[in-house]
Parts: sequence; C-alpha cells; structure tokens
Amino acid sequence: MRWLSRPASATQVTHGSRLWLYALAAVVLAFLTLPTLVVVPMSFSASQYLEFPPRQWSLRWYESYLGSVAWLQATRTSFAAGALTTLVSTPLALMAAYGLNTLRGRWAAIIYAVLVTPIIVPVILVGIAVFYAYVRLNLVNSLMGIVLAHSILAIPVALMVIASALKSYDMSQELVARSLGAHRLKAFLLITLPQIRFAVITAAVLSFLTSFDEVVVALFVSGGDNSTLTRNMFNALRDQIDPTIATISTIMIVVSSLLLAGAQLFGRPKRP
Amino acid sequence: MRAHSKDPTLSAPNAAGLALDARRERWIMLGLTAPALSLVTIIMIAPIVWLFSLSLLADDGTFSFEHYRRLLEQPSYRRNFIVTFEISLLTTAIAIALGYPLAYVLAQLPRRAASLCLIAVLLPFWTSLLVRTYAWLVLLQRQGLINKWGIAHGWWSEPLALVHNFSGTLIGTVHIMLPFLILPVYGTMKSIDGSLMNAAANLGASPARAFWSVYFPLSLPGLMAGALIVFILSLGFYVTPAVLGGGKVSMVSNRIANDIEIFFNWGAASALGVVLLTLTLIVVYAAARLLGLSRIAGAGHAP
Repeated sequence: MRWLSRPASATQVTHGSRLWLYALAAVVLAFLTLPTLVVVPMSFSASQYLEFPPRQWSLRWYESYLGSVAWLQATRTSFAAGALTTLVSTPLALMAAYGLNTLRGRWAAIIYAVLVTPIIVPVILVGIAVFYAYVRLNLVNSLMGIVLAHSILAIPVALMVIASALKSYDMSQELVARSLGAHRLKAFLLITLPQIRFAVITAAVLSFLTSFDEVVVALFVSGGDNSTLTRNMFNALRDQIDPTIATISTIMIVVSSLLLAGAQLFGRPKRP
Repeated sequence: MRAHSKDPTLSAPNAAGLALDARRERWIMLGLTAPALSLVTIIMIAPIVWLFSLSLLADDGTFSFEHYRRLLEQPSYRRNFIVTFEISLLTTAIAIALGYPLAYVLAQLPRRAASLCLIAVLLPFWTSLLVRTYAWLVLLQRQGLINKWGIAHGWWSEPLALVHNFSGTLIGTVHIMLPFLILPVYGTMKSIDGSLMNAAANLGASPARAFWSVYFPLSLPGLMAGALIVFILSLGFYVTPAVLGGGKVSMVSNRIANDIEIFFNWGAASALGVVLLTLTLIVVYAAARLLGLSRIAGAGHAP
C-alpha cells in the first residue's frame, strides 16, 4: 500500500488522495461495457423469462433463430446490404478523398462539407426524405434502395478516415512515379494505394458496420422480403421482449467485435 | 520564382499549356468527387429540399405557413421541443461529469493499460446501438435484472419504474453518447505537454490550482468538441427514446415518425423536420465558428 502515498502526477498529488477519481473512472468503464454484455449469457438461457444468471443453459433461442425464416431472411438482407454498401461507399469515398486532397482550397472545403452532411442532418429527417423520394422512384423495400441510402451515411465516415490518411501522405511520391512514365492510375494503384491501404480497410469495415447497425433509415425504406435485421429487431422490441433478440444481439456483438478486431490487426500500420 | 519566369524554356505558349494542364487537373479532381457528390445530392439533399417545399403547402395545396403556425400554437409540439432540449442538455451535462474524469485517468495511464481501457470505450462505440438499447431494456424493466436484484436484496420492495419514462431514456442516451465525449477529450489531453503541470507545481501552485488554471483550459477544446457532438446527436436522437421512452418520452424525432407512420401528415412532419434541421445547423455553425469545423467533423461517428 506504499503506492498510495506516492505522487500521482507532477503536482505531488498522491495516489491515495485521488482514489475517488480512480473509483469513478472504474465505475464509468463498467457502465460503458457491462450492460451490453448482459445479453450474451441471456441468449444461452433455457427460460422463457429473463433471468440473470440463467438457472439452466440451453441453445433453444439459437434454434428458434435458425428455425425462423423471417429472421434468417433479415440476416441475409443485412449482410447483403452491408457488403454492397461497402462496395459502393469505399470506392466513392476514396475517389472523393483523392480529388479533394489534390484540389484543396475553398471548393474542396465546400464539397467536403456537403459530403459529410448526412451525418450532421438528424437521421430521422434523412429517413423520411429518402422514403419520400423512394415512393416516387419505386425503390421502397428494395435492396438497392437500402444500399443507396446506407451508402450516403457511410461515405462521410469512409471519407474522413481516408482523407486524414491522405493528409499525412506525401503525394510527390506519386508524381515521381508519373514522371518516370507510369500512367496516373497505375501510379496511384502501385504507389499511393499500398501506403494508405490501412485507412481504406478501416473505411471499408466502418462502412459495413454503418449499414449493418443502421436502424432509422431501414425502418422507413426496408420491408417485406428486404427487411433488415435491425428493422425487425426494433419492431420486436416495441411489442415484446423475446429472448430470441438476445441471441440476435449476441450475433451482432460478435460480428462487430470480429470486424473491429480485424480492422485493428490489418487496418493499422505496425508501429516500430 | 522570378528567375524561373525568365527561363527561356518557359516561353508564353508553354505557360499557356501549363495553365491549361492545371485547369484540366482541377476538372479531373472535381470529377472524382462527382459520383459521391451526386449520390448525396440525389438521395438526400434533393428530397430534403422537396420536403421543405412540402412544409410550406397547406392541406389544400396552396402556399401557407399553416404547419409552422401549428408548431407554435399546439402545446403538444412545444412539449416535444422542451423534452428534446431537456434530454439533450442533461445528457451532455452527465456525459461531461462521467466522461471527463475517465478521460483524465486514461490520459495518465501507461500506454499499454490506456489502450486496454480504450478498447472498453471503443467496443460499445461500435456495438449496434439497438443492441445496447435492448440491453438496457432487459436491465431496467419491471421484471428486469435491476429490479429483481434490488428486491431480492431487500433494497426496495415494489418494482421501480426505471424504464418507459424520462429517466430510462436518459440512462440509455447517456450510455450511447458517452464515447463521443470521451474520445475527443482523451485526444486533447494526450496532446497536453506534461511539463506544464510540472512548471505550475514548481511555481508553487497547489494541485487543484494547477489543474484548474493550467490543465483544464488546455483540455477545453476537446471538451467543447465532445460536448457539442453529444448535444447535436442527442437533438436528433430517435431509437433509444422510442424504445426506452415507451411512448411517454416524445422527442422531436419521435414526433416526426409518429406524424408519418400514424397520421400520414407529411406537411407537419416536414415542418418539424425543417425546424429540427435548422436548430441542428445553428448549433453546428456556432460550433464551427468557435472551434473550426474539421475538429468537430473529425471527432466522431454518428450512431
């Protein structure tokens, strides 16, 4: 316990006199992490009612999930929408980031501001605006509609990640390649892209998650055979709390964690 | 540069060619942004403008401010706005009270321990917000875990109404928003030069004095950015109030959804949407003037 009387910072506060601060920090960390994890053991419960910890374990809610055509269909839709959104928004964001990085100046600032508006505009407004447009474009309840709407929400995120990587990248390397005779596209693909690939991978992962986790726009524009997982979950939550939702929540937590772990492993340059 | 312009190889036609190249380059770069720009314009901006025009039409299709007048006159709309501001302000205040101390401790931890704890901040940040909201429903409902524990331990005898009300909504919203505050504050704190605190101490400042007059002002930009992001996101929050509010906490977003889903009242919903967007843009504009837009835009990801 000698540790307690040691100075904790340059100002000679001891660790002992700051214990309350550490306790508060620990409580906040617990508040952030623990509540979400409650759903994991619950998805393995044998009971119809919510118990924690469960008295008996079983896989019945996983069976009920795998036996439900509606949930499986929604899972397929969500994965398809996520994958297609990634394929649309990552290249578009990459192109835009490259263009803006070369362009600079006032116009670049304005275009950047327009491209990030989808995450500033209240999402409910995006939802009803897109719905209003889709009714006329005949895109309601279509996979393409979901993908286009999710892409505009994913582009700002992907753009920010790639733009900040390009900012610290020395573009003259590409100029050297071009002066040595490489075509511009080839110079980009061989010189620039490999050096910003971590940002591009991160942008792709975040695009997928943006779509996969999105609720509000999906509530308005997805439905029927193309309901997303989150839309079905949201509607189920308003009616009753079926433990099947704990199962789906667990699956979603696993998907996000795996993707983020992957992004941490492959999406970050190794520090020396 | 002057020597350059007198360079015989850079004669007038050559300069014209270079200028042409520069202009072509600009157009190519603008062209690269065109696909993303047109997607955002067609899918979102144009429909919002369309909604805006819709909000200016009365039920019989003539131009009028009727929908906006109703927003001012009907007390139920006023309640929506009051609840929205209450939730947003309280969420921001609580997020600061909880998030700032955590960021402060994290910023002083050794690197390995800090990155471990940061995962605990990032994990909820990237977990579906619907899943997190569901978890709170499980914890807080009448037959939920907290009530069961409380009653089993004899802390209270009747199930407390923890959810489907204002407090339940507030708890859930704070939980969702906290990482948006912690991350920018932590980032700013990491960039504070530790020797400044050393200097303050050497000059005789007490620990509290050194914190308040040296450290806190330096961490203020991050705190402001985080608080503004939390406030903006809370203003337009829909999912958590809809689930944890149980229909009793109707923020502006919830009211918009109701107007559409139940009453098919596009005019009223559009007018509300325009007001909500305007309020949000005012806050964003004020923030941009205060802090610079890039800092705000770069600090978070919307739920």
